Amino acid sequence: MADPVVVVALLLVAGSATLAVAVRDPVRQALVLSVLGVVLAVLFTVLQAPDVGLSQLAVGSAVTPLLLLLTVRKVRRRGQRKGRER
Amino acid sequence: MNRRFRLWLVAVGSAGLAALLVAACLELPDFGGAWHPYGDRAVRASLDRHTANTVASVNFDQRAFDTLGEMTILFAAVLGCVVLLRQTRDEHRARPEPADVEPPVRRYALIVLPVALLTGLYVIAHGQLSPGGGFQGGVVAATALHLLYLGADYRALERIRPVGLYEVGDAAAACAYLVLGLAGVLAGTAFLANTLLPYGTFNTLSSGGTVPLLNAAIGMEVACAVVVLLARFLDQAVEIEEESRA
Repeated sequence: MADPVVVVALLLVAGSATLAVAVRDPVRQALVLSVLGVVLAVLFTVLQAPDVGLSQLAVGSAVTPLLLLLTVRKVRRRGQRKGRER
Repeated sequence: MNRRFRLWLVAVGSAGLAALLVAACLELPDFGGAWHPYGDRAVRASLDRHTANTVASVNFDQRAFDTLGEMTILFAAVLGCVVLLRQTRDEHRARPEPADVEPPVRRYALIVLPVALLTGLYVIAHGQLSPGGGFQGGVVAATALHLLYLGADYRALERIRPVGLYEVGDAAAACAYLVLGLAGVLAGTAFLANTLLPYGTFNTLSSGGTVPLLNAAIGMEVACAVVVLLARFLDQAVEIEEESRA
């Protein structure tokens, strides 16, 4: 593990993953998850696995946060309607 | 099963798993070392069949059957999503209002959309040559279409995205993968064996025998699957509303 780039990428992954767990609001969590996806993609590229890095970039930093945000929006909309009816 | 017994069961299970993992990790090759027994064999096999990207060779030639399983998982997941997120009897569709988009956002989305779409298609087409392939390119191309939702509004996205066609495309691509596999059986070798087509010139688009074809099938399957998946989620988030029980 002499390569400093690998160490920096690993530290970034550990930091953003911890942040993703620590943040409680689902919307912010989706954004942190997106950052985590990018950092993981960097780590995979540094470790000479660009194929996995590309998948991680496409799925982890774009599709998963998008699905989360859409789900949050649906749940909030339902909450608003219930609130208005009351 | 009382609480204490369950805790005990979890503890024994975790201890066993931990012991096995540690034993496996001790046998691993060193981090960053030059000795890769499986890697060397995979590279040799992929060079034999004129496939420049060894990962594509592993995915669509040496382990093409695994990829069939992964594709089936994605297909089943999207199918389950379509069934779960359908419009139920006590829900109705409300046409979303046309949205106002900030000019810089609109400009950015409309400039990036064609670039991202082209990048996705490029990554699919060059899967057997450079990093990437059907799965990665398919996801990029599918998400690129949704930039239209950011740059314009949901109605504009719906116009370029007839979901029914993408559902048909998803199924057709999954069938294409199966048929390509069966073609190997009919030709007298084995299911998904890469012996049907000439291997071509190394490092050209048509090299690798059936690898580019299987790669293209996966690209189409994944792109259609992601479009259908996002369409179901977007429908729920934007259009479908519960009937108010008055």
